[in-house]
This record gives sequence, structure tokens and C-alpha cells, in this order.
Amino acid sequence: MHKPVFAANRDQVTGGVYQSTRHDSGHKHVAGEALYIDDMPEPAGLLHAALGLSHCAHGLIKEIDLSAVKDSPGVELVLTAADIPGVNDISPSNHHDDPVFAEGKVMFWGQPIFAVIARTRNEARLAAAKARITYEELPAVLDIAAARKNGQDFVAEPMSLNRGDLDAAMAAAPRRIKRSMNLGGQEHFYLESHIALAVPGEDGDVTVYSSTQHPSEIQHAVAHVLGVPSNAITCEIRRMGGGFGGKETQGNIFAAIAALAARRTGQAVKLRPDRDDDMVATGKRHDFVIDYEVGFDDEGHILAVDILFAARCGFSADLSGPVTDRALFHADNAYFYPAVRLNAQPWRTHTVSNTAFRGFGGPQGVVGAERLIEEVAYATGKDPLEIRKLNFYGGPGRDLTPYHQTVEADLSAEIIAKLEESSDYQARRAEIRAENLRENARGGPFRRGIALTPVKFGISFTNSWQNQAGALVNVYTDGSVSVNHGGTEMGQGLYIKVAQVVAQAFQIDLDMVKITPTTTAKVPNTSPTAASSGTDLNGMAALNACNNIKERMIAYAVEKHGVPADQVEFLPGRVRVGNREIEWPDFVKEVYSNRIQLSSSGFYRTPDIHWDRKAGRGRAFYYYSYGAAASEVTIDTLTGEYRVERVDILHDVGSSLNPAIDIGQIEGGFVQGMGWLTTEELWWDDKGRLRTHAPSTYKIPVASDRPRIFNIELLNKPNHMPSIHRSKAVGEPPLVLPISVLHALSDAVASIGDYKIFPDLDAPATPERVLFAVEAMRARVRERNGSHG
Amino acid sequence: MRRTVRFLLNDREFSLEGFDPTLTLLDWLRNERRLVGTKEGCAEGDCGACTVLIGRLRNRELRYEAINACIRFVATLDACHIVTVEHLKKASGGLHPVQQAMVELHGSQCGFCTPGIVMSLTALWLGAAQAPSRERIEEALAGNLCRCTGYGPIISALDRAYEIEASSADSLNVGRAEVARKLAGLADREVIEISEGGRRLFAPATADQFAELTAAHPDATLVAGATDVGLWITKMLMRPATVIALGRIGELDRIEDKGDHLVIGALVSVSDARAALGGLDPQIDELIRRFGSEQVRNAGTIGGNVANGSPIGDSPPVLIALGASVILRRGSERRTVPLEQFFIAYKKQDRQPGDFVEALIVPKPRPGTLFHVSKISKRFDEDISAVCAAFRLERDEAGLTTNAVLAFGGMAATPKRAAAAEAALAGRAFDAQAAEAAALALASDFKPLDDWRASARYRSTVAANLIRRFQAETATGSVHRVAGILRSDAHA
Repeated sequence: MHKPVFAANRDQVTGGVYQSTRHDSGHKHVAGEALYIDDMPEPAGLLHAALGLSHCAHGLIKEIDLSAVKDSPGVELVLTAADIPGVNDISPSNHHDDPVFAEGKVMFWGQPIFAVIARTRNEARLAAAKARITYEELPAVLDIAAARKNGQDFVAEPMSLNRGDLDAAMAAAPRRIKRSMNLGGQEHFYLESHIALAVPGEDGDVTVYSSTQHPSEIQHAVAHVLGVPSNAITCEIRRMGGGFGGKETQGNIFAAIAALAARRTGQAVKLRPDRDDDMVATGKRHDFVIDYEVGFDDEGHILAVDILFAARCGFSADLSGPVTDRALFHADNAYFYPAVRLNAQPWRTHTVSNTAFRGFGGPQGVVGAERLIEEVAYATGKDPLEIRKLNFYGGPGRDLTPYHQTVEADLSAEIIAKLEESSDYQARRAEIRAENLRENARGGPFRRGIALTPVKFGISFTNSWQNQAGALVNVYTDGSVSVNHGGTEMGQGLYIKVAQVVAQAFQIDLDMVKITPTTTAKVPNTSPTAASSGTDLNGMAALNACNNIKERMIAYAVEKHGVPADQVEFLPGRVRVGNREIEWPDFVKEVYSNRIQLSSSGFYRTPDIHWDRKAGRGRAFYYYSYGAAASEVTIDTLTGEYRVERVDILHDVGSSLNPAIDIGQIEGGFVQGMGWLTTEELWWDDKGRLRTHAPSTYKIPVASDRPRIFNIELLNKPNHMPSIHRSKAVGEPPLVLPISVLHALSDAVASIGDYKIFPDLDAPATPERVLFAVEAMRARVRERNGSHG
Repeated sequence: MRRTVRFLLNDREFSLEGFDPTLTLLDWLRNERRLVGTKEGCAEGDCGACTVLIGRLRNRELRYEAINACIRFVATLDACHIVTVEHLKKASGGLHPVQQAMVELHGSQCGFCTPGIVMSLTALWLGAAQAPSRERIEEALAGNLCRCTGYGPIISALDRAYEIEASSADSLNVGRAEVARKLAGLADREVIEISEGGRRLFAPATADQFAELTAAHPDATLVAGATDVGLWITKMLMRPATVIALGRIGELDRIEDKGDHLVIGALVSVSDARAALGGLDPQIDELIRRFGSEQVRNAGTIGGNVANGSPIGDSPPVLIALGASVILRRGSERRTVPLEQFFIAYKKQDRQPGDFVEALIVPKPRPGTLFHVSKISKRFDEDISAVCAAFRLERDEAGLTTNAVLAFGGMAATPKRAAAAEAALAGRAFDAQAAEAAALALASDFKPLDDWRASARYRSTVAANLIRRFQAETATGSVHRVAGILRSDAHA
């Protein structure tokens, strides 16, 4: 019989923690053998669903004529709100404002009104297009400006953070600036669009395979819609083709419709929307208008900060409450504000309901913070980096956030200092400025810019109760191990990191640990894989499960072999019991034969955190992740086109569980954030119709957009808090780093006015916005030098 | 008449008849063959998750090219070798060097785009004995979106693949002669007809057959690479009754160099046209490099880009600037129309039912001609122009402008010359004042649109600036570009 090797290397297990282990599915990805939901073998008799979407941004539904849809070839069933046995609501935040199918009224262009179930997907799509729906149009409020003008309501209770006497501090500040900026939203553009496959079972049970970051949420939403208890529904997901927050709540509708159709037909039903439908019908990153006033002194010390974050939330609450909360939580970024007032306005609009997106409002908050730095720098004539350093958190008296959490173990100054040196920031900046001024004199078309920006990102769900996770670890009698937990794999490497934790715990090679699909049937009541918390929470839960099993093993060895507990040691591939070393599979067999349980669930809840939202006080975050990036760009002042020349990143992931995976997250997060702030532009027409609804019109970065020179380093300093093997979260913070690209573009624009005029560049900084910023700068220069008219 | 389409898929030969004439290759692979390694990301040829290789005999040589399976019709793949990601593994079960390198360098995260990326890299790897430059890799990957990695490890993976082992071990090279022999055996001169439910697709083998068919079916949809028509099917859900495909007509897939001009057949792919047109000027080469993506250039044709009359096609402005004309054929009759007159109104061309574009005549610029080509888009690669500009200027011995052609895309409902701006340049030296006059005159030539690609103001501002740039480039004798292969190192 084949005998497995549990540790090829007797000194160290292969694939334990701190090793750059390859992604568990890498070899399957490249061979086309990694199965996504649409790739799974299809149940016999599978039916396909397509959505019928509204063609009106806001209106009363006057008539729905679906006769042509029903008569279309291959059609088996048409579903509308009337067919829902449970409740027609899938709100993830208990606002009861998120119908599966619009009923009586449509709230955005692209809202699902019905679904058609047919024998093939093409038949379903062709049938859906045959609907005749008439509307009585109502005034549509499409953006933040219109919402403000029309006195729209908020989709959720806005948060307010206050510390110190803001009005007095602002009034006393020697200098003040008050302005506003626009910051665009972002489409997730996960490469795998949403999908759900529902398979009916006995007693009305349904198993739903859903591309979701939140299987428990899918389970609950489907149960509510079907009017059955949660235990009738199982949700399973092995992997997603990308999520980025777009699959935290937005999968509910697809899962609910597929499950409803499966229950009605008794057959398996798959719902995979076309990319355009996916982009039109699901939420995105919130766009913001940031109104700010900053009080400061002549040196550039920030004294008072007053910011209003107004967000376009779309027609329903979804996660807009916590998203706008998080904008406020990060409106300080790495800086101490002596007096501060931060407010959110989560506006309801007649557009798709915006949702979670990597950073969850945090990046928008940081953009606000960095905008203040830029303002103060131009006002005082100093390098923005100098202003940053002046305003870092710094020990007693300067260590309280706007939410009254004390900043401990702050790494901002250290990271900035190291990056400033490794990127040769000062010399390059001087050289760039000198060359730009020569170009001004010569009238050349190109200008360069450079900026170095930090990020401090709070790690924990700000809904404190979500900071929990479960896991299930099974040790089989041959010594092989399987692990299951509530986290989902969307490419970020969570599965491999947790498996590394398990391999390390048992001291067996990684390939002896089987990673199994996330399912609500094994680990219940899970939190979404979100807030960068996947590894922190699930790694700890899995470790807890391993430790439960190990404790039983140790107790057994103590009792059976009469050795003290500290003489039972887990070594690579074997267990030392007193003076004996027993091979791992032999030890497992022995333990099993003595009727010891080799399976355990594990549980973890983040300690020490508490948050009182009403008071705006508490310890919202377990710790902070830090990083910084220095970016250099060249712009073309005749067209606004630009290129990112060089980026240097230094990032804090604590003690990295897997440096290769972490660097991949940093690199990918940076490029994704760069897309958000540069070429990715969402464009609705005056009817409220999203016109950038496919990759032909919505432009995420491609290979040639990658910075020409791209250096990434990890700080590799253990987390001061006892996190899983002292690592830190990595998913979201790097998305904030490319604010340095936005500011480098600003810096290049500012050169036109000899760096004396604030460049006032909004995001996304498309070539068009860059060109108009240049033109505005030229106009200001002409104004200033009146004689040159 | 043949009622079957015959091709090789990986290591199997297929002969299909009686199926949806516009069935896409992707749907067939995934739904009917259950080859699910090839993914659907967008169904419009923009994301590359569906990239497969198509091997075809060209002058008896077997050549593989990456294309998007999502917008290609199965019925147009006669005598082709379709290669999907499942075919890359070696018989031993080991990974292909490109796959191996992608795993080693952590080139996948969520993995959904990965098979498509592997196929694009493999196409590059098959076609180059040595590791290509970073710029060439980026060019080949412009049509493969990845949302996770930031592309760095993917770009590096190709270098690594060349270190792993010699190309002879790869599955596509091993059976090459045998595949070529089989494909040669599949080719014939019968007209193919694929029909189902009253809809049909004809795939003639000769230009005369094609002319007969288009005359007999004047309302038919004509399709070459289907990089536009494919979207009519997948996005607009159109189901044309009759389609006539040019793909098998070798005689239309030719470029003839007639000394002072080129004749480019209607079936010449954009990739193949690049060598000839790009050779006329590096700026044209750069424009074609940025035309769609590698997959789109391999399938799409210059003829199709002209024939569909889009106001934002990348090739018309430069062809107009070069003074190109189009040869239209109906039955056995031919007429030649200057390209600028071919575009009548939005998506309306001087093409009658039964007419088809047979070839383009492209004059070469005379020595001393000044030339400028710019494509301005939100994203540098794989984007549609906000403004596309191509200028040609000829001067007499005194340096006075004798002929100025300023052609623009994205500024009007058709690709169009700027008559007032051209007039402002005529008969005078091409200096900064002349350029300024032309730039200002543009306002009377165009009233561009606001849309998601750009505002009218941006289009107008940039168009004027490009005329200024043309003059500045003429004065300095260098090309000014912030990115791409034309970027000078002066500011690097």
C-alpha cells in the first residue's frame, strides 16, 4: 500500500507558515481544471434563468405584458414578485428595502422585474428581451448633487464623529481652506460574473452553489424568500473568479431566483447573468462628494478638520451605512486632528444600490485625508510629504483618533522614512521639479510628478459582532487532514494560508492538508469574507480546532504513556512522546484506537474590541495595517494622457504568513486602486442608464498600465497584537496606496503654475480630467500674469 | 455545396452539420464539448478569458493565433485547428512550460482569467524562439484582463517559460506536421452551407462564389472575423437569417505591393495588415498595435473595419489621410470609391445591397510628406478612440503647403476630414501660426458629441492640440508621445 510522507524534510514541514507557498489552485488555474460554478458537471434536466430588467430609472409599473416571453421557444416558467412564497426582500442589513423583483415601482434602470426559466441560457435571454413593460415615469434623482437639491432621504442613519471643540478650533486657526472634491465610484469587474446554481432536494430543501463571499447570507436570504427555515438551505462555494466586495451581498438576488425556480420546477436551475446585466444590476463602489474645511498654521500643522462625506448609495441601504461609516473611520488616515468633526450623508438615489468594494468606504476616507494634506502643502508652499510628517499620530496627546481609539504601535513614521530613502524620493523630486521648470520655459509638452502617500488601515469589522469565525478540522485515521472554515476563496489565498496554519499546527506537510469547499452545512453562521479579516479570523478558528485535537492527543499521551504534557511534542512528520518518536500516522492510528475524537470545530472572536456607534467612541479596530507608496508619473499636457513611470511600495503585513501571496495582494490591490483613481469611470446618461456597462466601455488597467518600474517590499515586523502567527491583514490596505498616483498627477499638473497654485484634480483622473486641470492651471497662470493675457 | 464544417479540436477531428449558424465557439466548447477551461468573462471580445488558439494553413505553413472564442462562429472554422487550454498539458500529464512558469511565479490569484492568459502567452511562445521584450508581452496581453494580480508575475512568467525547456517538447509542436497534413486534407473549394431553423450561413471558398452569393442574398450579413458581428449575436441578441462568411477565401486574404500603392484584400486581418501598413510609418504601426487587442487583430480585418462604417473605427482616419480608396464589387462589376466619400452618414456607407468590399487601395506617402497619427483614448491599450487623428501634409520646394489632409475619427458621425482646418493650412508655410489658425478653424469643422468616452469639449480641445503637436513635431523633427513605442527617451 502507498504510504504517504507527512514531512519530507524532518527539520521543517513543507508549506508551513511564513513560507511562499504557491496558491493551492495554481496548477489547476493554468490547466483550466479549477472548477468555477459554471464549470461544474450539470445536473440532468438543468434549466437556465435570465433576468428581465427595468428600462426606467424611477417609475410606477403600469403594465407588465409577459405573454411573448412565455411563448418564446424553450420557456418553462416566468417568475415575478407574485411567485415569491416568502418575503420579497433580500436586504442584507434588515432595512427591508431590497426586493428580489420590483413590485409596483422601479427604483433604478436595470432593476430586475421578472425572471424567465428556459431550457437553454440563450433561449432564456432571447425570451427575456420580449417583455413589454410600461411605466409612468417619476422624477429620477441620479446623483449626489441632485439628491441634495431634491432633499432626498438617507438610506441609513448617518454616523458622526466628533472630538474637541471643532468650531472654536477652526475659528482660532491662523489659516483655513474650504473646498470640495468629487471622487468616482468603481465597478468590481470580477472576471467571473455572478452565478448561482440551485439544486432541489427532499422536503423542500435546496442546495445553492453561489459565487459569494458570504454563504451564510445567501442561506438566510434564500430561506426568507422561500419562506423556509435556514436549515432547509445549504450554500456551498469552492472558489470565486474574483469578488472584491462585489459578492458580499450582491449574490443574494441570483441565488434567491435560482432557488425559487428550482423549487417551482423541481429541477436544477442555473442563473448566470450576462456581463452587461451583471454590471447594470449589481452595486458598485460608492462615489462621493467630499466637502471639507481645514484649519492649520503657517508651518502646516493641522488644527481643525471638518469633513462631510456625501455618498451616492443608490435606491436601497444594502451596506451603505457601514460603508459610509468606514469613510469616516479612515478620514484621519495616518494623521492626528486636534479637533475634528466628520459627518456622512448616505444619499438615496435612483441608481443601482452601491455596495462593498475592497476598502469599504475606507479608501474614500483616505482620499479625503490626503486631499487636506495637499491643500495645506500648497497653501504653505511645502512638500506635501513634509506636511504628512508634521501631522502623524505621535504619542500621548497626539494619539487619539476621531473615534477616540488610541493609536498604538504606529508604524507610519518608520515606513515613510524607510521608503523615502529606498525610493530616493528627495533627489528625484528635486530633479523632476527642475526639469519641469525647464520644460515650462521651453514650452515642451511633458511634465512629471511625484508623490509619496501613506496608509493606515483599521482591521476589524466595525460591526463588532461580525468579528467571529468557525472552522472544522478532521484528522483521518491515515493521518491525512481536512480543513473547512467559514471563509471563502476569491483568489486572495485565504485557503492556502489557513491550510499552512493547519500544517504548521500538526507539523505535517501542506499537501497532507485537504482544503474543502466552504459550506454552511459544515461551519454555520459565518461572517462574510470581507474587511481583510479572512485569515485573521478563520486562521485563528482553524488553529483553535487543531489545538483542540492536539490537546486531546496530548492528554491521551499523558495518560497512556505516563509522560508530562510538556514532553509531548509535535515534530515534522512525527510526535515525540517522552523519549520515543512516533510517526504521525502511527500516532494518529493509536489515538483513534483508544477512542479519542479526531475531529473538532474551532471558534474565534477578536478580543478587546468594542464600538458604540451612537457615541462615536470605542476601540473599533484590533490593530492597524500600514504601508506607503511613492509614485512617479509623466503627463502629456496637450492630451492629458499619462504614464506611471515608477512605483515603490513598503507595506506592513506583520510577520507574513506567505510573502508571495501577500506581495500578490499588494501588487494587485495597487493596480486595482490605480484603476479606480485613473481610467475607471462610471458614466450614467440623463435617463439614469449606465452606459459603461461592459469592458468595451469601462476600462480597468491592462498589462501596459502597470508601472514601468514597480518595487514592492514587505516591512516584515511582527504584529504587536497576538494575531494569527503575528501576521496582519492584507486584502484592502494596498488599494489605498495608489492615492500616490493621483497626487503625482496633481504634482505634474501643478508644475504648470510653478507649484504655486492648487491643482484641484478630481478622481478618476482620466486623461480628460488631467487635461482640463492643466488647462485650468494655464488659465490661472494667465490671470496671474495679466500682462501676458 | 457541403453541409458540414470540418475542423480539428485539440486531438480530435469533427464534422458538424445542421446547427445554429451563429453558434459561438465558446458556447460550443463549454456547452456541448464540456471543455470548461475556456471561460466567458464578457462575451464581447474584450476580456480575453475565452482565448483559444486557431491554427490555420497559410501558404502551406501552419500558424497558430490567439482569438476570442466568445465572438467567433463555429461555422467559420472550417479547416482550422482549434486549441483549448485542455490541450496544453503534455501527454505525461505534466504542465506546459508556460503553465509551469505561471504556477512558479504566482501568476494566478482567482484563476478565472488564467486559462485565457496562458493561451495568449502560449501563442507568443510558439511564435518566438526567444523571450520577447516586455513591450511585446504587454502588447500580446492587452486583450487579457486580470483583476487580481497587477500583471507583474504574468509578464515575468513568459521569461521563465523559456528557461524551463525547449519548445520541441510542447504538444503543439510535437504533432505539427500531422496537423498540417490533416488541415490540408480538410480544405476544398465547395461552398459550405450550415443551416438550422430557417437560418443559414454560407462559407464560400472563392471570391466568385462569394460575389454570386452576395448578389443572390443582398440582405445577408457579411462577416469576416466577426469581431463586430459577434456582438450583434451575443449582446444585441440579433439572429440574422442569412450570413455569408469570407473566412475561407484565400484570394481576398492577400496584400499586393504595387510600388506606389498597396492593395489590401478584404480578408486581410489587422495583424497581417500591420506589417504592410505599419511599414509606411512607425506612427501607423503604433496605431495598429493599439487597434483592439491581439485577439481582435488576429480575427478582425481592415476591410471589415472600413465596411462597418463606425465613426470610431481606428483605421479609417489613417486610410483617408493616406488617400485610400475602396474597391466595391457586385457580381462581376467593380467600382472604386475614395474612402472619404464612402462614409455617407452614421453607419451608412456608399454600399448598395449586394455590394461588398473586395479590397482597399492604399497609396504610399511620397518622400518628404509630413505625417502624423494619434489615437487618444481613456486607456492606452485596448480602448476605443475618443479622438483618432491622421494628418498628411505635402509641401512645395518653397516649403508652402500644397496639400493638407486632416482626417479625424470620433469627431463626427463618420470618419471625416476637417475642411476648414485644411484650408487654413493651404498655400502657406507650416509654422506655429498656420497650425494655430487650423486648430481654431476646427471649431467650424466639427461639433462632436458628449459621451462616456469623452466630452465634446475634450474632443475639440484635443483635436486642436493634435494639430499643434503635428506642427511642433515637424519643427523639432521628433515624435512626441507620453507612452507606447513612439515615446522618446528624451523625458524618460
